[in-house]
Amino acid sequence: MLRRTLLGAAATALVMTTGAFAQDDKTKVGFVYVGPVGDGGWTYEHEQGRLAVVEEYGDQVETVFQESVPEGADAERVMTQMALSGADLIFTTSFGYMDPTMNVAEKFPDVKFEHATGYKTAENVANYSARFYEGRAVQGFIAGNMTETNKIGYIASFPIPEVIRGINAAYLAAKKVNPEVEFNIVWAFTWFDPAKEADAAKALIEQGADVILQHTDSTAPQAAAAEASTDGTQIITFGQASDMSEYAPLPRVSSIIDNWAPYYIERVGAVMDGTWESQSVWHGIAEGMVGIGEISDAVPEDVKAGALEIRDAIAAGEMHPFTGPINRQDGSVWLEEGETADDGTLLGMDFYVEGLTGEIPN
Amino acid sequence: MDLSAISPTLLVASLMVAATPILLAALGELVVEKSGVLNLGVEGMMITGAICGFAVAVETGNPVVGFFAAALGGALLSMIFGVLTQFFLSNQVATGLALTLFGLGLSSLLGQGYVGIKPPSTPRLDLGPLSDLPFVGRVVFGHDWVVYLSLILCVAIWYFLRRTRAGLKLRAVGESHDAAHAMGLKVRAIRLAAIAFGGAMAGLGGAYLSLVRVPQWTEGMTAGAGWIALAIVVFASWRAGRVLVGAYLFGGVTVLQLNLQAAGVALPVEYLSMSPYLITIAVLVVMSARGTRRSLGAPADLGKQFHAVH
Repeated sequence: MLRRTLLGAAATALVMTTGAFAQDDKTKVGFVYVGPVGDGGWTYEHEQGRLAVVEEYGDQVETVFQESVPEGADAERVMTQMALSGADLIFTTSFGYMDPTMNVAEKFPDVKFEHATGYKTAENVANYSARFYEGRAVQGFIAGNMTETNKIGYIASFPIPEVIRGINAAYLAAKKVNPEVEFNIVWAFTWFDPAKEADAAKALIEQGADVILQHTDSTAPQAAAAEASTDGTQIITFGQASDMSEYAPLPRVSSIIDNWAPYYIERVGAVMDGTWESQSVWHGIAEGMVGIGEISDAVPEDVKAGALEIRDAIAAGEMHPFTGPINRQDGSVWLEEGETADDGTLLGMDFYVEGLTGEIPN
Repeated sequence: MDLSAISPTLLVASLMVAATPILLAALGELVVEKSGVLNLGVEGMMITGAICGFAVAVETGNPVVGFFAAALGGALLSMIFGVLTQFFLSNQVATGLALTLFGLGLSSLLGQGYVGIKPPSTPRLDLGPLSDLPFVGRVVFGHDWVVYLSLILCVAIWYFLRRTRAGLKLRAVGESHDAAHAMGLKVRAIRLAAIAFGGAMAGLGGAYLSLVRVPQWTEGMTAGAGWIALAIVVFASWRAGRVLVGAYLFGGVTVLQLNLQAAGVALPVEYLSMSPYLITIAVLVVMSARGTRRSLGAPADLGKQFHAVH
């Protein structure tokens, strides 16, 4: 009897050791986030992507994440730590992580890196981004139609191509349906600071804007707009990165939703079966990486129909948000009649289109 | 550029709203530091106050109860720091930093179910005809009660520290805990009370963020406000009146630059945006150098451990 117990114990021990070995075969995936996972916007959607990976592969993967990592030296430390602790693949999910990612990737040639919204690649660094500007065109259309003061406030984060592209796309679409429209742009110089984002929204509203577009990560501008809407004027907003449907039907009338899950699942799978290769991916509405959140009933029927038409035309490739004639802010010709923007120019966009006022900070 | 779009009335009014959270937290920290304790956990206590206040206000539907809960939550959290530093003589700097980390974690745990909820609103006081006066009506008589509370507290703290016997005792403990102890003052009890008060004030400041200024709950929503409050205390060389000026200056820079941008004025935004943080860093560096601290008017026993031998 005693012997049998001993054998049993030995067997259990053996199972446990093999279990431990099996653990080493797990693909370890790291995620570096710029905000908290509960920001309700950008980082929240990346976290949903991570959870989808866990759901898809279960025991075969082990994921780790670190939130609120500042862009810069700290990011490099976090990535190095992840690489040292055995990560096979690391997703770095903010523009400012680009150079840190390149630096760390050079030191760990066997670890794969995926950097979001940047433009650099290496043997073991791929980059991926979504064509958010396609969604911005839909927003601009709704905003241009719905504004009554003809003043649209835009809370921008950092002057990087992705943000400038969004401003240009939204402006062009709004201008097309409402030639009177004016954009007031505020640079917050942060991705996540609810108090500052709310202050920016309030400043814009106090100066007459009745539509607020945001390119920062928290839902604070939505809350500020809801608060400001009480006295006779209705402010409308759009969800950014995430649906932010808790603020629907007003002030939030629609949204751009980033859907990273399919891409994350695909790339983790590629690492598992050894087919991972460096690449540059830029997916849009057509591939499902950019989603348009439900357009609420606060939007008139015809505007809603028009917006959906634009969405479908972009998805079908029949329409490009940047189709000429378009001039640069200084009046020089950028795109001739009927010409569409090439990806290279879009990826490095550092100028406003004609009609926008103000300067892009350096 | 269209400067006429900026209404000076609304600008000053929103400046006061933007400054109130850091004013409350800084006033609390002022009292703590005057008693000779350096609590770097302001950020952690603020965010804990932000979620406690938010959660209770949502559950009870009453923002006033929420603010009380926030003060209580901040004070309770600060007691961890108080017990560790006053009874177990742990290092105040390290314990304060740990308190910030703990507060951030605790708040995101407590806040799980409160994302995307709209809190009951804290209306502006209606003072009848006074509120209708041009400019003055909105700037002086057009705020919610917490703004007035913060101003009253500022005066009260100045009076307490400068003009009352209890304030004198508190300052004595901060200047020389050994001498105060020899005189028969209860150093630990006084410091614990000061720490609890500081925690309550930081909690109120946090709740003002989540209940009035933003108003919503988001993880990590203080985003560095606690550190700015700490810097303001030093910037103000430990005087209540200057804390008020400092807080309104910091609040003013933020709101003013956003308004100027919205009006289309070309500004070196990147420098303006980082200026509060640069000043904070400079101030913290100055503070950590022992020689300069004294000349700025810091309490002599600030950050030192007290261990009664007799």
